[in-house]
Amino acid sequence: MELLLQQVMAGLANGAIYACMALAVVMIYQAIDHLNFAQGEMAMFSTFIAWQLMAWGLPYWVAFALTVVISFVAGVLIDRVLFRPVQKAPILSQIVAFIALFSILNSSAGEIWDFTIKSFPTPFGHQPLFGGTLIDTHEAGMIGVTLALLGLLYLFFRGTRLGLAMRAAAANPASARLVGIRVGWMTALGWGMAASIGAVAGMLIAPVVFLEPNMMLGVLLYGFAGAVLGGLTSPAGAVVGGFSVGIIENLAGTFVPYVGRELKLTLALVLIVIVLMFRPSGMFGRSVVNRV
Amino acid sequence: MTTVPKDDIAVAGAVPVQRELRLRPSLRHVVIAGAIAAALVIPLVTSSFVTFQVTEVIIYGLAILGLNLLTGFNGQFSLGHSAFYGIGAYTTAILMHNYDVAYYWTIPAAGGVCFVVGFLFGLPALRLQNLYLALATFALANATPQILKFHALENWTGGVQGLVVDQPDPPSFLPIDGDQWLYYFTLAVMLVMFAAATSLIHSRSGRAIMAIRDNPIAAAAMGINTSLYKTLTFGVSALYTGVAGALGALAVAFVAPDSFTIFLSISLLVGLVIGGVGSIPGCLFGGLFVLYVPNIANSLSSGLAGAIYGVILLLVIFVMPAGAAGFVRLAAARLSRSQQAPITGAQGGKP
Repeated sequence: MELLLQQVMAGLANGAIYACMALAVVMIYQAIDHLNFAQGEMAMFSTFIAWQLMAWGLPYWVAFALTVVISFVAGVLIDRVLFRPVQKAPILSQIVAFIALFSILNSSAGEIWDFTIKSFPTPFGHQPLFGGTLIDTHEAGMIGVTLALLGLLYLFFRGTRLGLAMRAAAANPASARLVGIRVGWMTALGWGMAASIGAVAGMLIAPVVFLEPNMMLGVLLYGFAGAVLGGLTSPAGAVVGGFSVGIIENLAGTFVPYVGRELKLTLALVLIVIVLMFRPSGMFGRSVVNRV
Repeated sequence: MTTVPKDDIAVAGAVPVQRELRLRPSLRHVVIAGAIAAALVIPLVTSSFVTFQVTEVIIYGLAILGLNLLTGFNGQFSLGHSAFYGIGAYTTAILMHNYDVAYYWTIPAAGGVCFVVGFLFGLPALRLQNLYLALATFALANATPQILKFHALENWTGGVQGLVVDQPDPPSFLPIDGDQWLYYFTLAVMLVMFAAATSLIHSRSGRAIMAIRDNPIAAAAMGINTSLYKTLTFGVSALYTGVAGALGALAVAFVAPDSFTIFLSISLLVGLVIGGVGSIPGCLFGGLFVLYVPNIANSLSSGLAGAIYGVILLLVIFVMPAGAAGFVRLAAARLSRSQQAPITGAQGGKP
């Protein structure tokens, strides 16, 4: 029982990372209707910008705020400059454009900041929480920030006209345009927001996995898995999905005899696929009804 | 058969219904014969390194054709084809290394194994669509290297170290070396497989496969057994990529788990899009891109190779959003229109 609790808590701590990433993934999915393969690299690049700002002597929170703003602008620019021209291209071509962006960001980060591992500060500290060894203050802070972001997003999408306009632009661009929504700018806004959320995720994750150009690779995989498991249409589902992936991964590694430790990732993914067999739109996703 | 409306398509892999570029039959045969003749001459006039590279291009082209059958013609998205490529390669390696089977028998064996695996994987895939299918296939791609490394299978797979494969010897009556023989062998397999794919696509089954891509509901309403065709397409697609993997194992003379990661799947996807989704000759162009462009990027700057690769990729997408095949199709359409324009003008712009 002790072991189970410990593994669940450890899973929650990992899951917070995945949940953060899954949230960013779902955000951009809501805005542009595609999975962004370059999401992790965008977050990594933002985190490097924050690191650079701090290396120049800015205090943490100033660097944090500046990075969020810079990322937002960069996200909007990426949409306007890179993705507007291929908007009418086939979907697969757009996915390849994401892969290109991934490659560009990864390689330039390596060239600018090189591949040595850098440590990244945390505002929450690394003390054990509640006196136990199960979870430390940074991990708790990460979970808190993820949940707070989720709350803010919920309020934004449900409670503001802009949020409604963004949802409309993603759900039905043609009709949205007819009622006067600037669909192109809504998409750009979605990119900007996703880049900002990614930046926050990156800055929270970096103290745990350390800063280097490939830091997001594994995280993004689990983040995608979490987002898909939770359902791509639901931000709350993405967060739950992210936490579930973390817990499943840890429990599978500990309690499945013989194959568990070596095939941890495989088992987690197989479990996710099994869940999807019974809930093809994810745990909390709405199934999309198409007009024939 | 009437064409189905295409505005309801939301499938990740679906492409707008495109008219295939059709040269006049006589001209088509001339082009194909010329290409084959040129391909036969390559190893005689180039260095063995170039011959090896072209062999690899053909192998990638074949693997991309496998993905194209599934994604381009049937509208099912896959990030898991590195797994089939790996299974094909390992089938060949295990048969040759552990059981001393002759290399040419391992090719159909690899195809058969991959067909079964692909067919079985196609069953759960029936319930999943678009991105959810992408995740499931992605799981397959991630699981494969781990399973290949798994300690209980080490006696077969050689674990992390992989297996060494003997390069096939040319028949003694031919005055060519091993690389050249491998090239001709690969070329022969490719020609057979491409011909088979072409006739499959133009058959009744091929039309069923494409109808499912264009509109699954309409296809089912017309009496097509969509589940059966989708799983069979998954199997055939895996077969093609598995055969490519088997040839790849012979060409590289070595297999190891980390050659078959998700990045191989992504390369194949890039090749598919660059070559042209839903185009059979385009697959070879995709193979060229997948092999040569990373090398070119690397030779320009080793530090920024990834960035240069990305920029080239973006430029190609900007210039040819529908891939090389789409580009050729568009160019041909422009050309024929500019030739016909004066005539239609004289007829008073009749539509």
